[in-house]
Amino acid sequence: MLTAAKSLGSVAAISMGLGLYARQSSALPAYAIRPPGALNEQDFLSACIRCGMCVRDCPFDTLQLARFADHVVTGTPYFIARQIACEMCDDIPCVKACPSGALDHQLSDINEARMGLAVVIDQENCIAFHGLRCEICYNVCPLREEAITLELQHNPRTAKHAMFIPRVHSDACTGCGKCEQACILQQAAIKVLPIKLAKADAGGHYRMGWEEKKKSGKSLVTPDATHQFNLPQGVEYDYQSGKIQNEEGAGTEVKP
Amino acid sequence: MHRLAKNKWLLARRGTQLGILALFMLGPWFGLWLVKGNLSFSLTADTLPLTDPYVLLQSMVAGHWPETIAISGALIVGIAYLLLGRVYCSWVCPLNMLTDFASWLRNRLGVKAGSYVSRDMRYWLLLATLVLPVISGVMVWELVNPVSLLHRGLLFGISAGWLIIAMVFVVDLLVSRRAWCGHICPMGAFYSLLGKWALVRVSAKRREACNDCMDCFAVCPEPQVIKPALKGAKNGLGPLIMDADCTNCARCLDVCSKDVFEFSTRFNNTADSA
Repeated sequence: MLTAAKSLGSVAAISMGLGLYARQSSALPAYAIRPPGALNEQDFLSACIRCGMCVRDCPFDTLQLARFADHVVTGTPYFIARQIACEMCDDIPCVKACPSGALDHQLSDINEARMGLAVVIDQENCIAFHGLRCEICYNVCPLREEAITLELQHNPRTAKHAMFIPRVHSDACTGCGKCEQACILQQAAIKVLPIKLAKADAGGHYRMGWEEKKKSGKSLVTPDATHQFNLPQGVEYDYQSGKIQNEEGAGTEVKP
Repeated sequence: MHRLAKNKWLLARRGTQLGILALFMLGPWFGLWLVKGNLSFSLTADTLPLTDPYVLLQSMVAGHWPETIAISGALIVGIAYLLLGRVYCSWVCPLNMLTDFASWLRNRLGVKAGSYVSRDMRYWLLLATLVLPVISGVMVWELVNPVSLLHRGLLFGISAGWLIIAMVFVVDLLVSRRAWCGHICPMGAFYSLLGKWALVRVSAKRREACNDCMDCFAVCPEPQVIKPALKGAKNGLGPLIMDADCTNCARCLDVCSKDVFEFSTRFNNTADSA
């Protein structure tokens, strides 16, 4: 009886330690990118059996298995874009090799992969913002003109040149990291971040008036009344009722 | 030569353990990819899938349904151990060579001190490693499991993982005899349960020849399994070692000077079959 209690106590203590360790270690650092088709991190950690088949079948040695005491969960695959980016193989061998489905076998077109999202994160140091021609990130992008485009802006310093500003489009960027790997700066100005970290969400209530107008064919808010009067101080024009009112609120109907 | 013959089962076992490891190493060392993956899942000659059923079970209780290839691999391995017993621990597991070495060194150095750890602890831990993933959705044991960590580490790089392996070694050497394999490891507990009704069993067939030298008890990693078979004649027990904790390592076959033990099947267990 006592031995059972002792074992049970030890196991409970170990379990608590493991539980805490599991919680702490299941946060994926932002520099570690999962292979294409990886389930969301929580599901990935329950699915991946740490066999390394994806690593073995990656023809570019991009993927590696996390080692114990790395900041990535032990034995799970990841890559660091700045070191070796994903080459986006057409046949996606890493996904095919995965026996567990931690890399989703539904992914058949590599362009649909969403490993992360590239962000021009340091616009102070990116030399394009100083008006210098670079465009490396744009040129190495496997989905050039879709995932990264160049925007021409006026260069106020020279006043006669254009600046070629790289801009990433989240609807096309796969997060392969070629841009981050190729960035010519000592520290990359463009980095692949986890999508959750990179993307803002305006919230469902936030609508763009001009888009809603296009959708419904007419403005959804009362259109502004045409400007008629220069009013004296203390008298306001009420756009809702179309009345002129003084500070006491007594209104006078205005005939347009 | 005589010495080699006296340890033929030990040599066969080391040969198997190292052979399996060598097959896996052919890829990373020589570029011959006959076997890919590691003991958690491997693909041999691009056709034969083998999955560790314990690892897969952890994944499934964490809430994931794996691809068919992983399930087939687990069934193949599962059926093999269903027939052969807990041989994973003694004939496959790479950590076993280290814990056997720790045990040998412990005897050599005459380390007597020991903390008591219950042999049932592993079963409680097994239970915990299968319940925690249900609660947390994370395969918690695979975060630290020294068995999969060592094999994966040898193939894919281990770095700080050596610390966990060293910990197991130090505990086995100094803290408690056969602490890891015989008391703590939930993976071993899993394979014990899986091989509980195994076909292949060690039999103390010529137990009447036993001269009570205790060599088998001294060398056995799970000595509690021997007694019912070896000394059970007067209680009407058969000569087979039926305890699920027996790893079929066959060290008893090697060390017994009276050749009491041999491999047999579970069907030869009547008291008069001895």
